[in-house]
Amino acid sequence: MSDTLPAPSTPAAPERKVSGVPIRLEGVTKRYSGQDRPAVDSVSLDIAAGETVMFVGPSGCGKTTLLKMINRLIEPSDGRIHLGDEDVTSQDPDQLRRRIGYVIQAGGLFPHMTVGTNVGMVPRMLGWEKQRVTERIDELLDLVGLDPDVYRDRYPKELSGGQQQRVGVARALAADPPVLLMDEPFGAVDPITRQRLQDELIRIQLELGKTIVFVTHDFDEAVKLGDKIVIFDVGARIVQYDTPEAILAEPAEEYVADFVGAGATLKQLTLTRVNSLELRQVTTASVGDDAAEAVARARAAGDDFVVVLDKRGRPISWPTLAEVSRMSTVPPTVDERLPVVGLGATLNDALDTMLAASQGGVVVLGRRDGMAGVVSIEAIMEAIQRTRQETAG
Amino acid sequence: MWDFVVDRRGQIAYQAFQHVSLVVQCVVLGTLIALVLAALVYRSALATSVANAVSAVGLTIPAFALLGFLLAPFGFGITPAVIAVTFYAALPVLRNAVVGLAGVDRALIESARGMGMSRMATLLRVELPLAWPVILAGVRVSTQMVMGIAAIAAYVLGPGLGGFIFTGLARLGGANSVNSALTGTIAIVLLALVLDLLLLLLGRLTTPRGIRV
Ligand SMILES: Nc1ncnc2c1ncn2[C@@H]1O[C@H](COP(=O)(O)OP(=O)(O)OP(=O)(O)O)[C@@H](O)[C@H]1O
Ligand SMILES: [Mg+2]
Repeated sequence: MSDTLPAPSTPAAPERKVSGVPIRLEGVTKRYSGQDRPAVDSVSLDIAAGETVMFVGPSGCGKTTLLKMINRLIEPSDGRIHLGDEDVTSQDPDQLRRRIGYVIQAGGLFPHMTVGTNVGMVPRMLGWEKQRVTERIDELLDLVGLDPDVYRDRYPKELSGGQQQRVGVARALAADPPVLLMDEPFGAVDPITRQRLQDELIRIQLELGKTIVFVTHDFDEAVKLGDKIVIFDVGARIVQYDTPEAILAEPAEEYVADFVGAGATLKQLTLTRVNSLELRQVTTASVGDDAAEAVARARAAGDDFVVVLDKRGRPISWPTLAEVSRMSTVPPTVDERLPVVGLGATLNDALDTMLAASQGGVVVLGRRDGMAGVVSIEAIMEAIQRTRQETAG
Repeated sequence: MWDFVVDRRGQIAYQAFQHVSLVVQCVVLGTLIALVLAALVYRSALATSVANAVSAVGLTIPAFALLGFLLAPFGFGITPAVIAVTFYAALPVLRNAVVGLAGVDRALIESARGMGMSRMATLLRVELPLAWPVILAGVRVSTQMVMGIAAIAAYVLGPGLGGFIFTGLARLGGANSVNSALTGTIAIVLLALVLDLLLLLLGRLTTPRGIRV
């Protein structure tokens, strides 16, 4: 592992919002009858409030079992579980689960209920007033990037896999639980959709600061999303529990090194995020603006294209000045191939997105899908060079 | 035969009403019993196979034999008729309900439990609605079958169109005997078709758009 780079310090925002509570596992054990080895063998783990902790490890090592013991879908054979300063090991499980969001791979949306009804499920169970539930549904759909007016009354089968997964996240967040448990939530969607969903989760987490426990098979996903990563071996033995940077830099055992895989230098690409680069601010124009005026502004700023924003401020296309000057007003055409990434996207994601769209840059989305700026391929190459030199020197 | 029908239209209408009323009430009662039983057994593999065996064997008991057994404790009248018809009505629904409940995606049940729904709420709000189309198919089968069985129940002086058939068959060769039996039979077939259409409509109205195929 001589090519492993010491990690650049994480761009941990100093005044990060925290609405989660810490989770503490003490000697948590699960024995299934008829098996000589426990599936989860006396696991003790402290998870800090507002952190995203990723569980990775080989298939069958007990990740799901451990996760489900936190919301007691599986009753521990032994050990204690604390949420905040409460011991929840013997609390009423139904009450407990209403305070813990839970997202599974298949989405688990109820097919006989509309998207809105699905999302409003837990608030209704908690006895919220109708008006408040309705408002909350719209707020959450908006949070996960789905237009409430379009999607509220649809049925799950009328959504794409990625959209269903967004609704699954919205539903889990509905009653504003301090803790979110996610079991391979993005395992069943295509890579591009997965990357978008990851970006959204990062953005949402930045806004909300929940305590998230996230099971994944994908080490890159763990590096990208996790504040900390737990690497498990059989029986949910904790092999290493640390930040992604530390795990990449110093794998605790041969086993971890194997798991992390080759190409650790390139893994640095998944450690550096778009938001650590200086975003280029470019000329924007809103749909319906005067085209000539937009072109003039772009020329003055030295840009050769403008980013068109729709009425909610979301970028929809980036025509060249030549294209814009042919119009009288800025057109409302949505460019389906416009390459976009979230602020939390990694350099790896940004490169992928550019390659997929055959473009030399990407638009970076900020809060509520508004535009944060543009990153060019040159800026990314420069960042990689810089990291290399820092490590060499 | 037309004259026979016209002459007795009041009686026929009355008996038809009695017949349908017996069938509908017994199907409703049988469905409720079947749903409760299904809800009790479907989580256990053993209990499920017992229930399936009972519904399979139950359907092979000849209706006449069952009525005969019921005569001893209850005598002639409406009670043995209701018991027999409800018994047969419950069996196909039980079978379908068990199959339907067992067929609900485990991930959905896990989702429901994971968001803090109690077992009961999960059954009522998730499992039963999702199994509903299958259950309703069972209700349709049982309604069709029980229309005929209700006619046999007339043998123990239960109400309904069976009376025409039995009096007709008993006096075979006598005046109007064939007309009487035919009237009863045809009326039952027609009413069975009408009921089936109504159930089809009920299915359309009670199946949420999200799970319609
Ligand atoms: N209900 C059960 N009964 C008996 N054994 C079980 C049960 N559920 C899981 N196990 C066993 O417990 C062990 C851990 O399973 P678990 O589902 O937690 O693994 P995992 O780490 O989530 O695997 P994967 O990555 O494949 O999802 C496995 O060996 C599995 O066979
Ligand atoms: Mg698992």
